[in-house]
Amino acid sequence: MNEDRRDFLARSGRLLFLTGAAQLAFDAVLRGEPEAAPNYRTTDHWWGMIIDVEKCIGCGNCVRACKEENDVPREPFCFRTWVERYHVDAEDMERPEVDSPNGGYDGFPERYRTGDGSKNFFVPKLCNQCAHSPCVQVCPVGATFESPDGVVLVDKTYCLGCRYCVQACPYGCRFIDPRTETVDKCSLCYHRITKGLTTACCEACPTDARVLADLKNPKDPVHEFLRTHKVQVLKPQMATGSKTYYNGLDGSVR
Amino acid sequence: MESILHGVEGYMYPNEMELQWSILIVLYPYITGLVAGAFILASLERVFRVESVKPTYRLALLTALAFLLVAPLPLQLHLGHPERSLEMYLTPHTSSAMAMFGFVYLWYLMVVLVLEIWLDYRQDIVRLARTATGPLRHVYRLMTLGSYDVSEEALRLDDRAGYVITLVGIPSAFLLHGYVGFIFGSVKANPWWSTPLMPIVFLFSAIVSGIATVMLLYMAVTRLRGREIDMRCVDTIARYLFYAFIIDFSLEMLDLIHRVYEADESFHTLDFMVKTRLYFPHILVQIVLGTLLPLGLLALTQLLKLTEGARRGTYAAAGLLTLVGIFAMRWNVVIGGQLFSKSFLGYTTYKMQFATREGLLPALVLMILPFVILWVLVKLLPPWVDEKAAEQPAA
Repeated sequence: MNEDRRDFLARSGRLLFLTGAAQLAFDAVLRGEPEAAPNYRTTDHWWGMIIDVEKCIGCGNCVRACKEENDVPREPFCFRTWVERYHVDAEDMERPEVDSPNGGYDGFPERYRTGDGSKNFFVPKLCNQCAHSPCVQVCPVGATFESPDGVVLVDKTYCLGCRYCVQACPYGCRFIDPRTETVDKCSLCYHRITKGLTTACCEACPTDARVLADLKNPKDPVHEFLRTHKVQVLKPQMATGSKTYYNGLDGSVR
Repeated sequence: MESILHGVEGYMYPNEMELQWSILIVLYPYITGLVAGAFILASLERVFRVESVKPTYRLALLTALAFLLVAPLPLQLHLGHPERSLEMYLTPHTSSAMAMFGFVYLWYLMVVLVLEIWLDYRQDIVRLARTATGPLRHVYRLMTLGSYDVSEEALRLDDRAGYVITLVGIPSAFLLHGYVGFIFGSVKANPWWSTPLMPIVFLFSAIVSGIATVMLLYMAVTRLRGREIDMRCVDTIARYLFYAFIIDFSLEMLDLIHRVYEADESFHTLDFMVKTRLYFPHILVQIVLGTLLPLGLLALTQLLKLTEGARRGTYAAAGLLTLVGIFAMRWNVVIGGQLFSKSFLGYTTYKMQFATREGLLPALVLMILPFVILWVLVKLLPPWVDEKAAEQPAA
């Protein structure tokens, strides 16, 4: 009884003091999930992703979840995320054999045997959410932009469909949505992460090979991970400020 | 899935299998190149006082205008949302090379070309506004912009203003086409495009193609009109074509040698592409048929004492081959730059369609359109200096 009254007083006090949205936000902060607060502040976050190549089993769950969640066209040339399979001769890193049937949507049919002097592994790909995005630089009208929390987004109501950004992306992460004739790309499930959820691909990954990271959140385990692992970004020579970090990335991957 | 994978060899990133820029984007640098080249030929007479090319001065300006009017159409047709293209003027993204297109274009069209043509033709326009009959009279009256002063004083002012505009026009023509080269040359993701030589190679190939076009047009039109071709004029133009072509070819070879010698990470991929998929358009059409052959023909006219008839034939052949070669160059840049994967592990094929929005048919129409416009312009504003007093516009 006493407890209830104390709760009631505390809540009423907070309501009086903070009122409305602020109180909901305070609740979220107390739960340790500040992202879930309705008054999400873009300046408080800096999003990226950790991909652990060693953990990826090539199941294609991420590709399917992404297409489902983001209504990505099912065509085999429209992918916000896809998975590549590498088959690398131990002595010839320059010429890996790579495939990605339907972007890995249907998983990978068995093709290589272990013990033939080669290494085989999967590499999930998605927009690298570059901090110095070449795609953003070239957009003639600013329809694609970097949000203050570090996500490269597209305003589909503004995009001309000129495709310059598709040419400018070194990683092949952009495509034209044939239904809207505008460009599309991974938004890092912006509609989810701003509500405190993780991305659809990360949620669907059975091995935690991909993990959403908030580089501005001191409590995010990403800091510990980056400190204790040798990570790499794709095509570092492009100097795009990529925020998708790969652990265990082989030199043959491009 | 099968049709998508058809023509794909090795590994392409899944989003790369379809080409983004079609034949329409090949036309864009081709057409703007003709504009810049024709203008630079016109300015030879005006600024550098090369008197012998005078018979082509006005024709070159009208040619430049006819092509410039068509230049934005392939871009417009290619856009997924052409209705939004005005946003490039209203809310341009200042870091985008493409966003500057509208401004460079408008500057060139309105400030340089239209103004220069108007000033040069003003005396004729006033005369025609007074003498023409029927609805054309109103067109000419509109074109006078209310200025009927053709006193000597006024004409001298026109001439000075025209001179200044040509002076401004030369760097503007360089800007127009150098800038088109920059659109490609600044894409660091694409090693086939990314080179600081791109704007300058584009510029010189533009000059080459523009000069060749005006030379051919002058010869064809003069013959059609049953007049004598001014050989001193054509010889001079052909000589300039030869010089410009040598610079253009040297720059392209410099680029090629640099790539081969440096042999960076992209080299094997590009080398293989040039030797296979791009062999026909690049080695055969662009370099052998479209560069070495016309250069050889032009060199012959410089070295040997040919008869007038032989020179005319040689110039015509060299001019036509040049235009084919420069078109192949644009093709190889735009299409070639999309045939290989940015993973450097595979290749795709350009499947050109015919009667679609970005197919061959609209491309052909867009290539014929400038000639139709030019025909109208020539009818409206006869460029024949020598006999302009006798010439009456067709009603």
